Order: sequence, then structure tokens, then C-alpha cells
Amino acid sequence: MGPLMKKNGWSRGGIVMAVYAALLFAFLYLPVLVLVVYSCNGEGVAGFPPHNFTLHWYGLLFQDDAIWRAVGNSIVVALASVLIGLALGIPAALALDRTSFPGKGAFRRLVLLPLVLPGIITGLSLLMLFREVDVKLSLATVILGHGTALISVATTEVFASLQRLERAQEEASLDLGANYWQTFWRITFPHMRLSIIAAALLIFTLSLDEIAVSFFLIGRENTLPLEIWGRLRRGITPEINAVSTIIFVFSLLAILAWYRLRLAGKGESSAEPLQAAEPLP
Amino acid sequence: MFSRAYKIWVTVPPLVWVAAFLVLPYTLMFAYSFWSVSAVGSLRHAWNFANYGRLLGHEVYRQTLLRSAWIAARVMLFALLLAYPLAYLLSFHTRKGKDLLYQLVIIPLWVSYLVRAYAWKTILGTDGVLNTSLQYLHLTTHPLHFLLYSPFAIVLTLTHIYIPFTFLPVYAAMEHIPRNLIEASHDLGASALQTFWRIIVPLSMPGVVAGATFAFVLSFGDFLAPLLLGGPSGVMISNIVVSLFGAAYNWPLGAAISFCMLALVIALLWLSERLEKRWARS
Repeated sequence: MGPLMKKNGWSRGGIVMAVYAALLFAFLYLPVLVLVVYSCNGEGVAGFPPHNFTLHWYGLLFQDDAIWRAVGNSIVVALASVLIGLALGIPAALALDRTSFPGKGAFRRLVLLPLVLPGIITGLSLLMLFREVDVKLSLATVILGHGTALISVATTEVFASLQRLERAQEEASLDLGANYWQTFWRITFPHMRLSIIAAALLIFTLSLDEIAVSFFLIGRENTLPLEIWGRLRRGITPEINAVSTIIFVFSLLAILAWYRLRLAGKGESSAEPLQAAEPLP
Repeated sequence: MFSRAYKIWVTVPPLVWVAAFLVLPYTLMFAYSFWSVSAVGSLRHAWNFANYGRLLGHEVYRQTLLRSAWIAARVMLFALLLAYPLAYLLSFHTRKGKDLLYQLVIIPLWVSYLVRAYAWKTILGTDGVLNTSLQYLHLTTHPLHFLLYSPFAIVLTLTHIYIPFTFLPVYAAMEHIPRNLIEASHDLGASALQTFWRIIVPLSMPGVVAGATFAFVLSFGDFLAPLLLGGPSGVMISNIVVSLFGAAYNWPLGAAISFCMLALVIALLWLSERLEKRWARS
């Protein structure tokens, strides 16, 4: 492999690659930049150059009850989805790691399916189920949808950490007279801890942003993405930029928290971000 | 070493849940696809293939299906073409700041999907950021209308959204390529280009397949970007499904289309799993 960087400066290939990377990053960040800049624009959501720098839209946002109500709903949905995702994703990971039963391969693929399936299919199939059993649509149905779709996140994260756990530790614990319960809490759980926190953070943020499944399962109360969606259809104001900017900043803080967790737990649990998107081995 | 009770406790709850909230709904969707709606709007449980017949017979469905596949194929291609060199650069030619650059690729993933689509709308519109900038710089005198409400806008937005998704598996595959293979190839006299084509490309294929599947499947089934940015010429198959479940009120026909999409996705996942395995072996 020829080095791209020579002693006396950059090679031509190196310069081409660097320019390419810079352009790609510019493309990736252009919408984010536009969003943030125009959240402070006095004259609407577009129009170059932006002028009349103002925090007016943020002020408007803080008095907007419908938005805050939707934020509250979204947080409730996300927290409940984390609970469902963990309550079923952890056992599923344990099952995939240490049991064998007929149809295990099919079970694994099924659990992972909603993550790669367009949200419309998950949403509609559940909508039909709720209609057949006469369940009224509400935040609860959205929670069921998110929880079910995101079990896979917990399963992949926890499964990856279980693969790194030395079985001998658990064997020793059992040989020394601890029961399964004690072994689980003293050995298995502490080992999985970081992957569980990572999974919880991921499920929380994914649920907060989810819209395709919620679109079909929502009742009268809106989640934040659906509230924004409704406003987009009525006409757009920089208030949407303002709320999006705030969400972005919070997401950044969440990644930062996650990143620090990963650094702290390197070796113990170093699941890649969004590894959930890849199939298990 | 684990007791029977232990195994039952970890296996049964997720199995039951998956059966109730995944298998049962998919089955129900399949059943719906054979039913029909009466003139007064009630569901008739008459079992026949009429819905599938309509899908095959009507030009609209065929055209929309083809358009969706063509949009998804372009998104897949562009996302891969843009993400692959970046993954290569990061994996093989970056020492300092590798972690930081990696994070910089990931961060846009955390900007809400809807918000990114909305941002593109404000950029591409007639009075959007792009058009007003071009006029400000006197590069154009009139706004360009083809930017928004076209398949172009959908492809651009979805490519932007799926670049990080395709980058991740490709980068992961490249990171797993043993570095001594590269050295061996170099020592045996291969040029940088030969090493790239003979070693790096084949060994990164599993990641490419995973990323391509992801980008294709998710953009194929998208209905929000076309609603927001597509206009009349950018209607995709999921938009038809949404209207069949809403105003057009024909759930069985909508279920038939959804089931075809589900079958297509499963077939693609199966195919990509086989391809990944094959490349992983050779």
C-alpha cells in the first residue's frame, strides 16, 4: 500500500482523497447547518443571506403548549419502549447465547426483522391486529409498536457482550454453590451492564425519533415527530428549526454520554454504535 | 450447564411476545390481502386472489413499483459510491483523529430523519436557501424549479440519510481485514491499486452487501420523504398503501401491497445473507 502522505508533503492521491472527504462532510452537515442558522433567522425558514438574527422563534417555542405536550408524550413512549425492549431483549439474548431449540434461527431473524423492515409494514400489520381485537389507538399502541420493533437493539447489544463473557466464571460460581439467581446477579448481570445501558440509550433515542410506525398507531395524543409532521403540512416556520435544534443538541449530549461509556468500558463492552443494524453471526 | 427452568425462563417470554406482536400481525396482513371491502365499507372475509390480480393488472401499481425500485436503487448506489471511499480513507489512511472522524460520520444519524428531510425542503424550495444563494451570487436569475417536488429531491435526501448507514458496515468490514495481508501483498510486489482490487474490495464485500441491502430496503418502503419532497412525479409505492389505508379505504388491497413488500424484503435479506456468507468463506 503506497502511503498517501509522503515525507515531503501530500501525494496527489492524498490530496484528492482529502478534498473528497471534506466535500462529503460538507454535504453531510449542510442540512444541520442550515437548520441551526435559520432557527435564528428573522425572515422565515429560507432566503439567502439570513438576516435579522433573533431568538424570537425560541421564545415562541417555549410558550407553545402543544409542542411541550408532544415532547412529554414522546418521552413517556421512549421510556416505556426502553422497558419493553430490555425486558424482552435481554432474555432473548440469553436464549440465543445459551439455549438451543427448534426454530432458533427463524426466531433470531424474526427478532431482528423490524429493524431492517420499512416502518410502514410494522405499523400497518400491528394496526390490523389492534383493529381485529378492538383495541383503541393511543400512546399505548405506539409503545407496543416501538417496544416490539426495538427489542432487536437490546438483543444485539447484550448478545455481543455475552459472547465475550467467559463461561468458566459462571461455571465456577455454580460449582462453588451459588444458585442460578445469585450467579446471574453477581456474574452475568455486571458483565452485561454496560451493553444494557448502551442499548437503553439507543432505544430511547431511536424511539424519540421514530415516525413511520407511530404514524399508523397514534391515537389522539401526538408524539413530537408527529406534531412536527402535522405542522410541516400546514406551513413551515423557523419554530420547527428551533425545536429541531434543541433536539439535536440533546442527541449530541446523549452520544457524548454513550461515547464516554464506551471509553470507560473498553474491553468489557465495546459494541459498535448501530451494530444492531447488522445481523448476528 | 444451565438448568431446564433457566432456559425456559429466558426463552418463553420473548418467543411468546414475538409470536403475538410479529408473527400474528404478519399472518393477519397476509389474511387481509385475500379479503375485500363491500360497497358500504365493511370487510368481507371472502377468500380470493382479486387483490393480487389488481396489482398485476393495473398500470399504476406496476409503474409506481418500478419508480420506487428505481429511486431505491439510485439511493443505494449513490450512498455506496460516496461512503465506500470515505470508509477506505478512514480505515487504511488515517491515523490521527480516526475516532473523531468516525464520530463525525455517525452524528448526522442522530438528527431526526424527519428534520433532515425538512431541512432539505427548506434548501431546495423555489425560495429555498439554494435558489436564493444562487441568485444572490448572480449565478442564476430565476429560481430552479426542478430541485424540489421531484424524484431528484427524494434521491438526494435519502442518499444523505443513508450514507452513514452504508458507511458503518463497510467500515466495520474493512477494519476486520488483517493488516498483514496488505503488507504481504505489498512485499510480493503488488501495486497499491492491485492490493485495493485484489484484497480490500473482495474482503469488504460483506459490509457492502449489508449496507446496500439496508439502503435499498429502507428507501424502497419510505413514504414520508416522497410526501414531503416528491410532489406528483415522486409518488412511491408506500404512498399508495397509506392512501389505501386512509382516504381510499381499501385495507385488503393495501395489505396485499404491503405483503408483497414484506416478501420482497425477506427475499432480499435472504439473498444478502447468502452473499455475505459466500464472500466470508472465499
